[in-house]
Amino acid sequence: MLGPGKVWKFGDDVNTDYIIAGKYKLSITDLDELSRHAMETLMPDFSKKVKKGDFIVAGRNFGCGSSREQAPLVLKHLEISAVIAKSFARIFYRNAVNIGLPVIECADVDKIEEGDILEADIQRGYVKNVTKMETYRIKPLPSEIQEILLEGGLVKYVKKHGRLPWQ
Amino acid sequence: MGKTISEKILSHASGKDAYAGDIVVARIDAAMMHDGMAQLVINAFREMDGKTLWDPNRVAIVIDHVAPSAYEAFSKVHKMMRMFAFKHNAKFYEVGSGVCHQLMIESGLVHPGGVVVGSDSHTCTYGALGAFATGIGSTEMAAVLLSGKLWFKVPETIKVLIEGRLPPMVFPKDVILKIVGTIKAYGATYKAIEFKGSTVKSMNVEGKLTLTNMTVEMGAKTGIIELDEKTYAFLKALGYREIKGFTSDEDAEYSDSIKFDVSDLEPQISCPHAVDNVKAVKEVEGKKIDQVFIGSCTNGRLYDLRIAAKIMKGKHAKKGVRVIVTPASRKVYREAVKEGLIDIFLDFGCAVCNPGCGPCAGAHQGILAPGERCISTSNRNFKARMGSPEAEIYLASPATAAASAVIGEITDPRRFLKEG
Repeated sequence: MLGPGKVWKFGDDVNTDYIIAGKYKLSITDLDELSRHAMETLMPDFSKKVKKGDFIVAGRNFGCGSSREQAPLVLKHLEISAVIAKSFARIFYRNAVNIGLPVIECADVDKIEEGDILEADIQRGYVKNVTKMETYRIKPLPSEIQEILLEGGLVKYVKKHGRLPWQ
Repeated sequence: MGKTISEKILSHASGKDAYAGDIVVARIDAAMMHDGMAQLVINAFREMDGKTLWDPNRVAIVIDHVAPSAYEAFSKVHKMMRMFAFKHNAKFYEVGSGVCHQLMIESGLVHPGGVVVGSDSHTCTYGALGAFATGIGSTEMAAVLLSGKLWFKVPETIKVLIEGRLPPMVFPKDVILKIVGTIKAYGATYKAIEFKGSTVKSMNVEGKLTLTNMTVEMGAKTGIIELDEKTYAFLKALGYREIKGFTSDEDAEYSDSIKFDVSDLEPQISCPHAVDNVKAVKEVEGKKIDQVFIGSCTNGRLYDLRIAAKIMKGKHAKKGVRVIVTPASRKVYREAVKEGLIDIFLDFGCAVCNPGCGPCAGAHQGILAPGERCISTSNRNFKARMGSPEAEIYLASPATAAASAVIGEITDPRRFLKEG
């Protein structure tokens, strides 16, 4: 189970520059330092406010733009439980799975407000809004993807199984 | 049932009779990684116990995002890349070679009908040569370096039919901006966009590359154009021998079909702070500018530099406006020197920078101050992309950028029709 954690709410088309700007990604290689700038353009003190286990909830097309894997990495480094969005941009989605950051597609994100407390379970396929006492269904992940995610990402998968998922 | 080019390429590369929606494991024909991601790729490769590259001749390692390095942290990344490339005998492109996508186009690694991946979202550019090319992340790149294979969901395809003759001072960049403004940033997520029609056929390869380059701005997995005579001749000139691409079948299934008649298209501009916020240039004319950037994997090729030079010739940039010109590759730079374009830029007062990404990604060579406004021929204008979150970025064609540099304000290039 993921969470419980507080919701930080964002809008549509949150691009990877907003998750971590190029000027930081292309000058800082230390993940601790880089993570301090996560979501900075949209919420300047995000990295200070966010706590372990919190959720990011957003609209459609989360993670559009560049292929930078630093985007999901900084969110994982800040110990975000999961990103829940109406939809994801494809490279961000694959990157998140490959580094073990849970990504959840949910049609009901409009019902979730900033500050709500959530729990989520990818295997059982739901997001629970503890604050509003509501439960939302999520789009199930294909089994191949769920397997990589549950192992904690592609590197951990390879270390455990001694092969790539497609080998 | 008929197939699209993407379905045919992924069927061929996977050995399966694949259609949109199927998940296949495809053979990779070439892979590219750059300094923006290299450290993560190399670390993941090592963590996965990687010993050798699956095929060093198919791997390109490029220093272009922070080139030359502006920070000690990135000098270390570059050092790591050199050691990795030399140890594994990969194709290595040193500082000053160019922007990765232009180098891939020139490298001979991108074949029509092939599958190419790169650790950069604009890898979709190579679809102009009839390849299935897409951006991936660094962990997946490490997996490709190990295995030469990757899983793909075969994408549905949106057919974008472009018809009509482009009016004077309207260019492929204006066409793709119009399309992005129509389809929107989320409109093609997970899909391939196939460009067809007489306008596409009439474009040179450089123009076609501008179209496919920006398909990721609509969320697309790739942009693709079937091989035609112009592309064939382009590849022949690059030294390709066997040139054989795929074409979509008449009865192939498309998820959507959108037609654009460009015969009355006006110069287009993408306004802050989203690429799909597209207007006609005339709607925002007169806004003062501080910086002009001509370059990038979208519009840094010889064709683009010629367009800008035609307008700049014999003139000087407006006082207070700095103009940065970054040829997309050393080859482009050299040809621009031979043609006298660089002389025109120097006379105009441009800072002609070494080939590479230039200021596009906000790393160096043109960071914007708060309150500044930049007109750029690149592909993204997100807030803070090129520096301060209080700066503004407008995206336009090389003609619009050059015209704006002359006047010092956002300017419709049709004011310079006699130069065109």
